[in-house]
Amino acid sequence: MSRISQQFETLKAKGRKALVVYIVNGDPSPAATLPTMHKMVEAGADIIELGVPFSDPMAEGPVIQKGHERALASGTSLRGTLDLVAEFRKTNNTTPVILMGYANPVVRMGYQQFAERALEVGVDGLLTVDLPPEELGDLKTQLAERDIDNIFLLAPTTAPERARLLASNASGFLYYVSLKGVTGAGHLDVDAVKAKLDQFGELTSLPMCVGFGIKDAETATNVARLADGVVIGSVLVDAMGKHVGQPPEQIAAAVGAIISDIRRGLDTL
Amino acid sequence: MSDKEQKAAVDYSAFPDATGHFGQFGGRFVSETLIYALDELQEIYSNLKDDAEFQAEFDRDLAHYVGRPSPLYHAERMSRELGGAQIYYKREDLNHTGAHKVNNTIGQALLAKKTGKSRVIAETGAGQHGVATATVAARLGLKCQVYMGAEDVRRQALNVYRMKLLGAEVIPVTSGSKTLKDAMNEAMRDWATNVDDTFYIIGTVAGPHPYPLLVRDFQSIIGREARAQCLERTGRLPDALVACVGGGSNAIGLFHPFLSDDSVAMYGVEAGGDGVETGRHAAPLNDGIPGILHGNRTYLMEDENGQIIETHSVSAGLDYPGVGPEHSWLKDLGRVKYVPINDQEALSAFRNTTKVEGIMPALESSHALAYAEKLAPTMDKDQIIIVNLSGRGDKDILTVAEIDGITV
Repeated sequence: MSRISQQFETLKAKGRKALVVYIVNGDPSPAATLPTMHKMVEAGADIIELGVPFSDPMAEGPVIQKGHERALASGTSLRGTLDLVAEFRKTNNTTPVILMGYANPVVRMGYQQFAERALEVGVDGLLTVDLPPEELGDLKTQLAERDIDNIFLLAPTTAPERARLLASNASGFLYYVSLKGVTGAGHLDVDAVKAKLDQFGELTSLPMCVGFGIKDAETATNVARLADGVVIGSVLVDAMGKHVGQPPEQIAAAVGAIISDIRRGLDTL
Repeated sequence: MSDKEQKAAVDYSAFPDATGHFGQFGGRFVSETLIYALDELQEIYSNLKDDAEFQAEFDRDLAHYVGRPSPLYHAERMSRELGGAQIYYKREDLNHTGAHKVNNTIGQALLAKKTGKSRVIAETGAGQHGVATATVAARLGLKCQVYMGAEDVRRQALNVYRMKLLGAEVIPVTSGSKTLKDAMNEAMRDWATNVDDTFYIIGTVAGPHPYPLLVRDFQSIIGREARAQCLERTGRLPDALVACVGGGSNAIGLFHPFLSDDSVAMYGVEAGGDGVETGRHAAPLNDGIPGILHGNRTYLMEDENGQIIETHSVSAGLDYPGVGPEHSWLKDLGRVKYVPINDQEALSAFRNTTKVEGIMPALESSHALAYAEKLAPTMDKDQIIIVNLSGRGDKDILTVAEIDGITV
């Protein structure tokens, strides 16, 4: 069983909701990421999505775009991100790590080479925003052969038939994008999220996490009620951006404080 | 089988395939949030593309609003001076708004109208596609917002003001390199957010399927006219076609109706900038590698980590790190030859064409004209080259003056 599936089983047994957290590797500086990852786990994060920066992050709102720009400016690459996961695994062998990014850096590295190295360093899943199931090609096999989960997004505009296709290609969990648009966007309609999740829930037995537009403990708690977990991204990247130039420990502490707050909210459920 | 027989075996009209691929290129590499919008667009277009009434409306607009057919002009003096093949210009510069871009915006605006969407958005580099979009939006009473890199807003102030006069709102994009590719990212984000009431008018044959298909179809009027005009005037097909390639819409428009004519050679001219060997250029087909950007697989300019790199060209309309996927496919098939022309060569052709023929071409088109100047002397006097004169040069006067050190 993959580390991701294991984590969902454990959480289920404890009656806890999954808190999935997203930061961009190398943002705002290469030294900040590793201590922040450990701090996030300490503060109650269950799964880490590590953003791989890309020059053209088409699905991101302004906050995460800036995170990508800061990370690229500090020289972050996909290979460097894989190396960082190896570092993280030296002291943490239980928290699942998913790489989230765009297709081109993975294409450039080569699907097989990527999958081999990902397995070697202890990456558990890949979420490639611009690689729908129809365009996966050889990557699907390369990941599956190594039990690396392939995470897909579902959107409010995803029709049931398509949701079935996505679910049949996915493993680990499914990520429901709670609103039309980009990361970090406006207001979230909890009733609309519920209607969609009810629909998708009939199509798949995979755990379902909800992200996009979750800004605080209150929204996170309201949404988590409906799903297996929530994904928090923009609010963390925003905090990283506010601490540019500060020592890594201070950045990690600021991000950890946000996560602790959300964790407390989730644990009331 | 010989090379030539292999080329003849390709049924060019069968591509893209049903999933939007040209061989390994094209496709639909987008976030799940955009799949629905693309499915919807594909359905609308496949219902309308063979609809007689829709075609008649498109043709009517091209005739009476754009001013088509555009002339096929025999550049006799230029041909004589170069001392080789006879050069003909396909005069897309004489279209309403001054470039080929309007052929496509007329077509997409008709699609928008059929969908009942009240708002259109576009990306623009030099501003030509933005102006062409703002123009059709004004005519149809649609709300229009145009994304333009902040750097381009500064460089192309005249077109920015033109769009504003036409009632469009120009939104400067400050992310990334602040140029065309970033404007396209931002337009995609807007579309994902506002898909219910918004139609995204892409300006070139790039982007996710079905855009490369529908933009090609709308621009193919250029080649259909040129083919008929050439046959009528000279009784034969041309020997060579030359067109500039940024995203590649004017080139595909000219080339596509000739692809099955094996005797017609084709040259796509990329922006060589300071020279391909310097790395400062915008010529992915000459010095790039297949990758994924803006929803399709195509040749790209990128670094060893797969990050898209900044491009350079004197011509803002060619300053793009990717290229339409059909061009990537035609390159690999060997059907079209892609060649670079650098900034200095293009500027020289701009001046030559202006002085010798009394036609001031856009700097984009000047790249094609510069290659024709090289090609013509290698051919016989009874041979024919058609150059796509894709736009007029008025918009570039300040750029040229600045290079000359003149304040206008």
